[in-house]
Amino acid sequence: MTGTPVWAQVAYLVAAVCFILALKGLSSPKHARAGNLVGAVGAVLACVVVFFYAHLDHLVPILIAIAVGTAGGFVGARRVQMTQMPQLVALFNGVGGGAAALVALLELADAGPREPAFTLVATAFTILVGSVSFAGSMVTFAKLQELMTSRPVVFRGLPVAFGAVLVAALVLAYLTVAHPGSWPIEVGGVLLALVGLAVGLLLVLPVGGADVPIVISLLNAFTGLTVAAGGYVLGNTVLLVAGTLVGASGTFLTKLMAAAMGRSVGNILFGALRGGSTLGAGTTSDRPVRSAGPEDMAILLNYASRVIVVPGYGLAVAQAQHTLREVVDLLGERGVTVDYAIHPVAGRMPGHMNVLLAEAQVPYEQLKEMDDINSEFKQTDVVLVVGANDVVNPAAKTTPGAPIYGMPILNADQARQVIFMKRSMRPGFAGIENELLFDPRTTLLFGDAKEMLGKLLAALKAQ
Amino acid sequence: MSEPVVWLTIFVLSVFVGIEVISKVSSTLHTPLMSGANAIHGIILLGAILVTGYAQTTLQLVVGLVAVVLASVNMVGGFVVTDRMLQMFTRRRPTGTPGPGGDGARR
Repeated sequence: MTGTPVWAQVAYLVAAVCFILALKGLSSPKHARAGNLVGAVGAVLACVVVFFYAHLDHLVPILIAIAVGTAGGFVGARRVQMTQMPQLVALFNGVGGGAAALVALLELADAGPREPAFTLVATAFTILVGSVSFAGSMVTFAKLQELMTSRPVVFRGLPVAFGAVLVAALVLAYLTVAHPGSWPIEVGGVLLALVGLAVGLLLVLPVGGADVPIVISLLNAFTGLTVAAGGYVLGNTVLLVAGTLVGASGTFLTKLMAAAMGRSVGNILFGALRGGSTLGAGTTSDRPVRSAGPEDMAILLNYASRVIVVPGYGLAVAQAQHTLREVVDLLGERGVTVDYAIHPVAGRMPGHMNVLLAEAQVPYEQLKEMDDINSEFKQTDVVLVVGANDVVNPAAKTTPGAPIYGMPILNADQARQVIFMKRSMRPGFAGIENELLFDPRTTLLFGDAKEMLGKLLAALKAQ
Repeated sequence: MSEPVVWLTIFVLSVFVGIEVISKVSSTLHTPLMSGANAIHGIILLGAILVTGYAQTTLQLVVGLVAVVLASVNMVGGFVVTDRMLQMFTRRRPTGTPGPGGDGARR
């Protein structure tokens, strides 16, 4: 940190502590918001400090650029619907990775080949991984926003192409570090960035829609490590600490999520490459199912004493969280014990369903995690599955060939009755058929979740 | 200690702090955790400001300014959206609300 005055270094230390407190605050829902605010204060502090010691040129354009980015980020963050949260996180992550790569490119052009080897390694790492993160996040965004198919994109020769760009990346990185003087170093940096973009693209294309959330988390970790390496290059401790915190926590979270899906991270990323698709055929059979109307469902629920609700992404798409809460509240008033069973990957990213239900003001005490509630399905009269599918698919336990085999599921199949609220017989995100739909204890209620829950609520009130 | 070793020390200790802090977060808050961590790496804005401030050529300036815009989106958007989510978790339902949606389901 040569050239950084001591007071500024202390300010950076304070900012780093703020970030740790921000993450620590998330241990309890009560302190989480205050923690996030502390983190924001730390970030602003660190960014303001730099203006006071660094003797920067181009102040006006820089401030305008900050204003533009701030306005963009603010509006995006305020406008986004909670259902679109995964896309937004992917997008923000991508631009962060892109920014880090650009910073490293400029630093490379500025410092030139006389830098110590270790600094060049860190610079090459930042450019490469930042570009991977940018391209990967953009593909993830496109998949989640349905700008492109959410099915795995696999073509002949993809594994070869992926291997080739990976080798090219390593060779370029080696040349940039070991023979920095042999060619214009900026050219090496730009080539490295381009190859990084190709790696990111080919890394995420073959990943199926259901696995995309894990990829977001992984790319988040990538960007964190990129920023950490950038901190080393620039000789800035707060970047190093903040980036490392994010990198470590992101890696940890990725492993946690992969475990919740019963698969390894390698299998999620490269499963489609090895030939075994991460998605089913997406076809439906025309076997008979039992369906009924909202009135029958109301009777079933009214006479139950224990009900578990399994909400899924379909609930959020239909914006039916509020109506669902009213149904649950009414049943509660009538003495029925009702809980929500939340699968770790319900929704489109971990913890997504909790956010969506919190938006509908469901008290979080009613939200039960999978491990806590799975033993209670046996004593449950009715399970109400709203807009979920894969997370209650018994194929995860019974069919070794199924794409979701090994994923821990909610034991809805052990309950006495199951009500499925679905728009159609279309399979879930994983693209495979759900045997539970054809079970004699299962009744289907076809229709838009919001409309059907509204009718169910009216029928319940009439009884 | 040589300087790279000092940096390595900070790095390794930060890894442990990161894992330690995250392992206590309940799965209820995993989405805000991801977006909060996302906001924190937006601190690359600081780096973007630094390199842009030392830009020598117009090309460098333009690239730097793009980085500043992207990093600001990341940082500001990340913190704002995390706050929006966490607000919903800290907000308690007022007790004794009349009519449906009241206390019934709380047992």
